Amino acid sequence: MLSAEGLRHAFGTGGGRVVALDNVSFSLEAGQTLAIFGPNGAGKTTLLKVLAGLIRPDAGRATVAGGRGAIGWIGHQSHLYGHLTVRENLLFWAALYAVPAATRATRADATLRQLGIADRAEQAVWSLSRGLAQRAAIAKALIHEPRVLLLDEPFTGLDLAAAAEFRALLARFQGAGRVVVLATHNVGEGVELATDVAFQRGGRFVHFAPRGARRPAQIAEEYRRAVGEKEADG
Amino acid sequence: MSLVHKGRRITLLGLVLLAGVYVRALAFTPLERFQGPAQKIFYLHVPAAWSAMLAMGLVGLCSILYLIVKDLRFDRFAAASAEVGTAFSLVMLTTGPIWAKPIWGTWWTWDARLTLTLFLFFLFIGYLLLRGAVVEPGLRARYSAVLGICGLVLLPFIHLSVYLFRTLHPQPIVLKPSSPSLPGSMLVTLLVSFAVFTLLYVGFVTQRYALALQREAQGREHA
Amino acid sequence: MADLLRQAWTVARKDLLLEFRTRTALVSALVFSALVLTMFNFGRDPTAVATIDLAPTILWVTFTFAAMLALNRAFQLELENQALEGLLVSPLSRTSLYWGKLLANLVFVALVEAVGLPLFVLFFDVPVGRVLLPLVGVIALATIGFVAVGTLFSALVIRTRFAELLLVVLLLPFLVPPLIGAVQVTARLLGGRPLSEAAGWFRLLAAYDIGFVSLATLLFPFTVDE
Repeated sequence: MLSAEGLRHAFGTGGGRVVALDNVSFSLEAGQTLAIFGPNGAGKTTLLKVLAGLIRPDAGRATVAGGRGAIGWIGHQSHLYGHLTVRENLLFWAALYAVPAATRATRADATLRQLGIADRAEQAVWSLSRGLAQRAAIAKALIHEPRVLLLDEPFTGLDLAAAAEFRALLARFQGAGRVVVLATHNVGEGVELATDVAFQRGGRFVHFAPRGARRPAQIAEEYRRAVGEKEADG
Repeated sequence: MSLVHKGRRITLLGLVLLAGVYVRALAFTPLERFQGPAQKIFYLHVPAAWSAMLAMGLVGLCSILYLIVKDLRFDRFAAASAEVGTAFSLVMLTTGPIWAKPIWGTWWTWDARLTLTLFLFFLFIGYLLLRGAVVEPGLRARYSAVLGICGLVLLPFIHLSVYLFRTLHPQPIVLKPSSPSLPGSMLVTLLVSFAVFTLLYVGFVTQRYALALQREAQGREHA
Repeated sequence: MADLLRQAWTVARKDLLLEFRTRTALVSALVFSALVLTMFNFGRDPTAVATIDLAPTILWVTFTFAAMLALNRAFQLELENQALEGLLVSPLSRTSLYWGKLLANLVFVALVEAVGLPLFVLFFDVPVGRVLLPLVGVIALATIGFVAVGTLFSALVIRTRFAELLLVVLLLPFLVPPLIGAVQVTARLLGGRPLSEAAGWFRLLAAYDIGFVSLATLLFPFTVDE
């Protein structure tokens, strides 16, 4: 359902050239959740952006079944208009994602309920607390019932309770027919949800395998070794 | 021979020939009956304006090619062409009024050629400013290309606007437009001047392009 | 095609809704226009220069400055709301994004012009009654022209420093054909000249509009994608 072939991408030229993707290839089927762990600058965001079609890679190809309409994105930017209400935002994005006009309102209400912010529907986004605004952003990502979810450091700024809630939400989402790609620098955050684990460093996957029976601590240790060692060499 | 040297040779040749054109225009071309010696600037102004337009045309062409092929060489050439075009336009815009004041008593008129060159100048300046404001080379090339193509398409509209304006508002003619049939000797001087200016254009752009290449190479070394 | 238009309208509606919620840009533009017209009216000596000569230029300078206010906020808005990325990730076609922004900008400028024109008539006491229709026509044609190019360029400058200043500088040469045409036709209309005299300018304006709306539509995807 999602595949990447030989992705290469670099920014800048000459002395300032940064390789963000270096021959990355993988594919995911429905039901898989890939957690990509890597330090800042490893190229995780670039990879997600290439998958989402935001960046055209210098070389290689990325395909997502269903195209942009099937993708839900949660990243650093809220994608919400501050002076519109939560519901107005959702209706706008639902329209862009071709949710039929007849079902938009009901879908919006359902999503708001799912995230526990139904009572804030008529509130302007700028007036929401950070936690609530984040839930609204998640609602926006899910409003069109995407089959692929791309998450770029989604736990940033979430307190423990909110993070646990988000993990529960993701677990519900991970049902049949869905693919999730989660990128984060903190192994503890996404590892329980993952069916597959990858370590990214310097634009490359230095590890890619199903999670299998490994415990989170184990994976964390492997990650430290895989990424830490490279840092020592570098 | 390196590109820089080639460029320098061509430019030098062009400058020498330019001096030759001066001499020919002043000494060996007959005086125009109605305008007298003042008319001789015509042999330099027309080709200079033409070179500026050529520069813009090539900026536009390279912009289109860049967007299709994404080869940065086209972008580099367009940038070089824009800089040379700016220089030519500036020369024309400064010599125009300086020459016009003693002859016509006014610094500026909305003469067709001057006006077009003025807006060409603004286009070039805008283009260079845009390039200066974007740091990432790929992005810069893309944005410049968009502007370059728009600039190219704008030219005929400006030309038409000036034409429409002038047919309804007769202006003093500072630079007499070339009459359909110039007497032989004048025509020759004009054509030679065209050739020399084109040569100068090629020389300058080659130098500028080579310079850009050098700078990029240095940038890579200082990595 | 219908989808493209529908999505463009979704974008435009959102922009207009946002603008009416905050109203800052619109009010600024209206106040600015009123101020400029007032100042010019006080500043001139009615005996020295005939109003009719200067009026079209003043009108169009006012409209242009007001339009710049609209153009500056068009994509700035997306950046401020952290929504541009969202628009690009969605299935929204780049063409629809451009047309949507163009439509919203046109409505904005049209509103300013709708208020500015009566003010203009009031202050300068010019006879517009008989020529209202062709006057509105030329206003529309010229506005479409420079807003089309301005919308494209406003996307070009969002990621640059001094974006607002750069937008004005880049746009300046492109304002020339529509503005000269607009001023010339306005002058003729107000001066009671026959419409046929302005025919050439009308054609120029129409050609400019068609040409640049098409070109901008074609080039827009190159400005907004990373």
